Amino acid sequence: MRLVFEKRNSVSKKAIILVPVVSFLVSLILTGILLIIFRTNPFVTYASMFVGAFGSWINFTETLVKAIPLMLTGIGVGLAFRLRFWNIGAEGQLVFGGVAATWVALFWSNFLPPFLVLPTAILMGIIAGALWAGIPAFLKVYLKVDETLVSLMLNYVAILTAQGLYYGAWIDPNGMGFPGTKLFPKAAWLPRFSGRAHVGLFIAILLGLVMWVVLNRTKWGFEVKMSGHNPRAARVMGVNIGKTIITAILVSGAFSGMAGAFEVTAISHRLQQGLAIGYGYTAIIVAWMAQLNPIASLFVAVLMAGLLVGGDQVQMMMGLPAAMGIVLQGMILFPMLAGSLFTDYRLKIITKSTKEEAV
Amino acid sequence: MKKALVVFIAVLFILPVALFAGGAKEQGAAASGGAEKFKVAFIYIGLPGDLGWTFEQDQGRKMIEEQLGDKVETTFVENVPEGPDASRIIRQYAQKGYNMIFATSFGYMDPMVEVAAEFPNVYFEHCSGYKTADNMATYFGRMYQARYLSGLVAGKAIGQGESIGYVAAFPIPEVVRGINAFTIGVRKVNPTATVKVVWTNTWYDPVKEREAAVALLDSGVKLIAQHQDTTEPQKAAQERGLVSVGYDSDMGKFVGDSVLVSPKWHWGSYFVKTVQDAINGTWKTHSYWGGLKDGVVQLSDFSPKVSQEVKDLVGAEQKKIIDGSWDVFWGPVKGQDGKVVVADGSKMADGDMLGMNFLVEGVVGSLGN
Repeated sequence: MRLVFEKRNSVSKKAIILVPVVSFLVSLILTGILLIIFRTNPFVTYASMFVGAFGSWINFTETLVKAIPLMLTGIGVGLAFRLRFWNIGAEGQLVFGGVAATWVALFWSNFLPPFLVLPTAILMGIIAGALWAGIPAFLKVYLKVDETLVSLMLNYVAILTAQGLYYGAWIDPNGMGFPGTKLFPKAAWLPRFSGRAHVGLFIAILLGLVMWVVLNRTKWGFEVKMSGHNPRAARVMGVNIGKTIITAILVSGAFSGMAGAFEVTAISHRLQQGLAIGYGYTAIIVAWMAQLNPIASLFVAVLMAGLLVGGDQVQMMMGLPAAMGIVLQGMILFPMLAGSLFTDYRLKIITKSTKEEAV
Repeated sequence: MKKALVVFIAVLFILPVALFAGGAKEQGAAASGGAEKFKVAFIYIGLPGDLGWTFEQDQGRKMIEEQLGDKVETTFVENVPEGPDASRIIRQYAQKGYNMIFATSFGYMDPMVEVAAEFPNVYFEHCSGYKTADNMATYFGRMYQARYLSGLVAGKAIGQGESIGYVAAFPIPEVVRGINAFTIGVRKVNPTATVKVVWTNTWYDPVKEREAAVALLDSGVKLIAQHQDTTEPQKAAQERGLVSVGYDSDMGKFVGDSVLVSPKWHWGSYFVKTVQDAINGTWKTHSYWGGLKDGVVQLSDFSPKVSQEVKDLVGAEQKKIIDGSWDVFWGPVKGQDGKVVVADGSKMADGDMLGMNFLVEGVVGSLGN
């Protein structure tokens, strides 16, 4: 007897809806078993996770705080993945965007008129993110260097550069030696509309819609799709694949750079530790779960953020160890991702005598 | 095939329901009768199982429960990163009706200031910072006193002029003060010895702490001291057959006799008092900075490897500090470059100690990175 995966000829509408629902249920059950082993009531735990993330307006704003960077990086990474350009560097692009915005906020405030400080800071963050993503793109197009490794390694370069700055050259002279720059002047603060949730939310939503239109209704969007799906056909049709890759990856990096600029100007108001906390990697999950669709990315980002914020409750209210929060997040995601396999493939059990289809 | 699947899923569903009766009971017990209790929450940077910093804070939390019993209910959250995420956690406790919140690391200061302004009726206690508010106090201890005593032990344990490795977290005054006090102790009994400092830029990272200790050991130091949250540097020294001086808790208990002595924290008495004050309504904002005299900082028991002569020396010095006839940063104190920083006959003021940003003579290393 043997098990084989067979690609489905057509993906049924039913499967698209049913598979995520079933995977979600399976993940709840698996996690429930784990919780019982830890002598904790799974229903109470799920309820407290849900309440922690979505139960009140204030809690929801904290979920949004985490959702905003996930939306932007998720859209950016999704765009790169459409081209089969494996941009694992969103984390570094985010950090570099944050560094550039900090540079403006700290050192340009005296020269710029106040109303220009914030837009300039965000613009510089966008440019820095784009340039950081541009490095693997140029290397790939002109020297055929593998982009996965380059973009991943550049994360460490960006994170350590940022550390070098806030531990050294940019350290707050009045900070008692503790790492971190001084607070930005108020002119460089991105306004918050409720709690810590900031206007970056509306920009992210708007950009998600714009991205969808661009991808589905413009020539460039079509070229991106073609170049990723069938590069040979694209080339025959006269698409300049190299150019498409470079422009798309610059845009991809720009999204992450903007996320970084938002984080420092809206949340921390300074450059310090706690900027590189994995948004750029979670973005990869967001992009895949959203099937690279920018509008879906917006919703998935809120769900992922809810999982992150709700995970705190596992510790705070249920008294489980911190590691359990992370285990639960993994247990909930795993079947969801595994489930997507079954939308595209079917599992076949082949026995010697009969050939029977399962599921 | 389909039947088997249905049965499997049914079992998955039923199993939790059948089993959680036990778990549910526990949950119920914890939730019942809580209305009148004074609720206290602790924010930890690491795990209570680090056997160091967080372990001692958690010992203090347990002492609150032991001594105040039914009047209080305590909880904690571990592994909270310093930075913007901390403010969410602190705010959540304040919202859930916790009466008092302890934030046990320097980097929680600004987030706590932010939240304290939003919840004037909640008491906030921050460890090791310098910002306070009407409802936010700061607490810490004169660890430098115990550090100095441990320096005496370390200076006697190595040969004349040999060097000691010091694994240190961040170049902030708290850590700098500890390095300086330790070095003053070492050089009092071993005038040509040096103390090599390596910064890890983290409080809690067992792997980094060990790597830093190993790098120091490779460079030829004969003893390891540290300002970190775990016992890893001590273990690294022990594996090389060398001795060490611990920190935070009585690390000899967890690592072995290679840890000669540990300057350690004892938070419980302070915690019980400040919680009791809050319950009584007599709590006022404060900056608590107790020393050996108050028992908030202590020197652990000695390892059997420490001679009676050294114990007697330490005992005599400890007596001077406790009765106030001498303290560590009384002049003359020389900086790294040999210049006098505190003149003979003058005493360094608390404010200068709290902002200490120079290294004393005998320290090899710098405050820059």
